[in-house]
Formats: sequence, structure tokens, C-alpha cells
Amino acid sequence: MRVRFWGTRGSIPVAITSADIRDKIALALVRADGRRFADVGEAHAFALEHLDFALSHTFGGHSACVELETGRDEYFVCDLGSGARPLGAHVLARQSGRPAVVNVFMSHVHWDHIMGFPFFGPAYVAGTRIRIHGCHDVLEQAFRLQQAPPCFPVEFSQLAADIEFVKLAPGQAYEISGIMVTPAPQMHSGDSYGYRFEAQGKSVVYTTDSEHKLENRAQTERFVRFFHGADLVVFDAMYSLADAISVKADWGHSSNIIGVELCQMAQVKHLVLFHHEPAYDDATIEGVLNETRRFEELTRGTLPLQVSAAYDGLEIEV
Amino acid sequence: MPLTHRSYDSALVLAPTGRLDHDNCESFREELAPHLARSAKESTAIVLDLSGLEYVSSAGLRCFMLAAKQAKAQNSRIVIASMQPVVAEIFQIARFNLVFEAYPKVRDALAALSPSAAAAFDRG
Repeated sequence: MRVRFWGTRGSIPVAITSADIRDKIALALVRADGRRFADVGEAHAFALEHLDFALSHTFGGHSACVELETGRDEYFVCDLGSGARPLGAHVLARQSGRPAVVNVFMSHVHWDHIMGFPFFGPAYVAGTRIRIHGCHDVLEQAFRLQQAPPCFPVEFSQLAADIEFVKLAPGQAYEISGIMVTPAPQMHSGDSYGYRFEAQGKSVVYTTDSEHKLENRAQTERFVRFFHGADLVVFDAMYSLADAISVKADWGHSSNIIGVELCQMAQVKHLVLFHHEPAYDDATIEGVLNETRRFEELTRGTLPLQVSAAYDGLEIEV
Repeated sequence: MPLTHRSYDSALVLAPTGRLDHDNCESFREELAPHLARSAKESTAIVLDLSGLEYVSSAGLRCFMLAAKQAKAQNSRIVIASMQPVVAEIFQIARFNLVFEAYPKVRDALAALSPSAAAAFDRG
């Protein structure tokens, strides 16, 4: 199973600014220190080996959209934030005119998680089948509402694809086109749901827009069971712990510290920090990643936990 | 969790030891409660001497946060002193360094709270 990140930012999409790019180029030139490169390949190699990720790349700014590639013809997607637009272009290019079947799993229907759908190209292609799964009663209503006048020029009813909404029950395991999917309720304004996906002996948990409060032992144990032994956990780490339990308590998001502790309790193999704070620049997100890896080292039990930070374009083979 | 306490004029120094995590955070809060009540009654500030604290988890940090909130609500104050390097690192990663004033030594903390508390500490 391959996990491909199309949108990783929390709450609202953000774009890198011209000042950010100017500063990255200037810093890269300083780091190069007069070095000469025979070609672009040599320059790329230098950037990869000698520059920090935050300098040579960007974490990107699309809101939540994550694809699970399972080797089957059908697509599996978590959330349809603004990252759904480039995902749609990828699907159309890959299908080369053949209609696609896209299975979507919605954590919830807040705007940052649905805003990419009106720009999801396959929705405009006749013959495409899109099954949008979720646990909210208002799932279909939210998708129709955001395309109703005066919010958007193309109404939902005008989309050419065959679009079906599928209501799931939290806690129940479903076999959907060959993969096992289990939703779990999470703490977030208006409720949200995490998903555990299992296929080919591998497991991936997608848990975003979820405020994990470890002081409630029963809740903690429920999530430890939900995460248990997962190969990969995509985790909402939007806030610092200090913010998450003080000024931003009950805002519905978690911290890197809680992510590490929960994954260690559940013997998870790989934690991916996700739903990055929109106010953070690339250097800040990389700093959070480095600190989270250090925290994992300080608290490691018998099993190491790999820690990564998601970025738009990241692919992880599970 | 053992919580030793010493008074220096208008300041109370509390010293937790060992590890503070999910298993003992509630008992730590129970140990802390009468000292917070005394702090409110006698208008004393609290110094948490963390020289004996080897590790703190998110649950332990939450105890510190709740204590700081209570102290603020009762017009009192809690500061931190003598963190071991690992605990100082965890404070930094969790951004608790932005929540608490932290001092290298207990005496530094007392001096920041009141000259008379520092003088009392010097007298031993």
C-alpha cells in the first residue's frame, strides 16, 4: 500500500510567498558558498544532501486530501480539501479517458475538508463513479450546499459523474472494494471520524481534526486499540501541547507530544504529523518535526517509532 | 509521588521526585492541592523545584498547567527551578517554556519572587 499526500495543511490552504522564495534562494546561495555545479543534476544533489528540507522544499499549503494506493483499479481517498484539485488532475491523467471509480472517506464536512470537490476534475467526467463515505447525517447536504448559489457557479446537480453518498456506522468494519475500513468517532466540533484501513496485511490510520485528551483513560484505551500495531498513523498535530491544553483547549486538534505518546502506547510503526498550522512557515514545521523526533527518542520504549511530517507530494510505501 | 516542601518567607518550595506520568499524575494533583490552598490563603508564591524530577509526560505537564491556572485565578504564582536537562527539553518541545518562568536554581527563583524569600533561603 502506498500513501500519497495531496493536501496536508490545517484549517485553510496557504501559499508560499514571493518573500519566502527569495529568502530560500538567498540562503541556499549562502550555503553553496561559491561552489560551482556542472549541471542541474549536481545542483539538485547538493540541495538534497546539504540543505535543510525547509530550505530546499516546501511542506505545501493544500488542505487535507490523502490517497491510499492499493494496487487496485479503484481510488481510495481521505477527505477532499483543496488537495483534491491536483489529485483530480492525477486521476484524469492516469485514467487516460477511462472512467474512474473513486472511494472517498470523509473525516467530517468542515469547509477545509470539502472545498476541493468543486475542482475535482473526475466529478465532471461522465461515467466516473464517486462514492463518498462518511458517518455524518449532513454529509450529502454539505457537498450540495457548497455548490449552491451564490457560492459556486456549477451546481452539484450539474456534475456529470455518478456520485453516491454512503453512510457508515462508527465502530463497524466494512469491506469496501477489497480493503477493510473501520471508522471511529473523534472529538471535534460537530464530530469527526478517524479511519483504519487494512489491506495486504498492512494497516493505515487516518486521524485528523481530532482532539486526543489522554487524561480520560477509557478514551485513551479506545484509541490505543484503534491505532494498535498500525504501520502508519496520519495524525493531527496542529498545536503545541501547551496551546492544546490551555488557550486552544476544545478547539478540536491535537499536538505532536500526544501523537508520540499515543502511538508508542499502541505500538505504531510510523507516525506522520499532519494538518499543519497555517501560520507556520516551512522552517517552523521542520523544527516541530525535529523536536518530535527528539521527544520520541527521549520517551522510546522497546520499539522505535518512526516520525515524519507530511508535505504535499509526499509518498510513503507501507 | 513524594512531594517535599520547604517555606522561605513568602515562598513555598515544592519538590516532586522521580517520574510524573499517567500512572501518578492524579496522586500528584492530590498532593499539590493543599499547598495551592495554602498559597491562596497566605498569599505565598510557589517554586516547583524539579531537580529530582527525572521525566514528565503529557499528563504530568497537564498537572503543572492546571496548577498554574489555579494559581493565577487566586492571584498567586508558580515558577519552575532546577530542571534536569531531559525535563527542560520536554518543556521546550511542549512549549511549556512559554507558559512558565523557569530559573536555573531555586535561589534564582526565590530572588525573582521576593528579596526576603531569597534572604530566608540564604539563612538556611
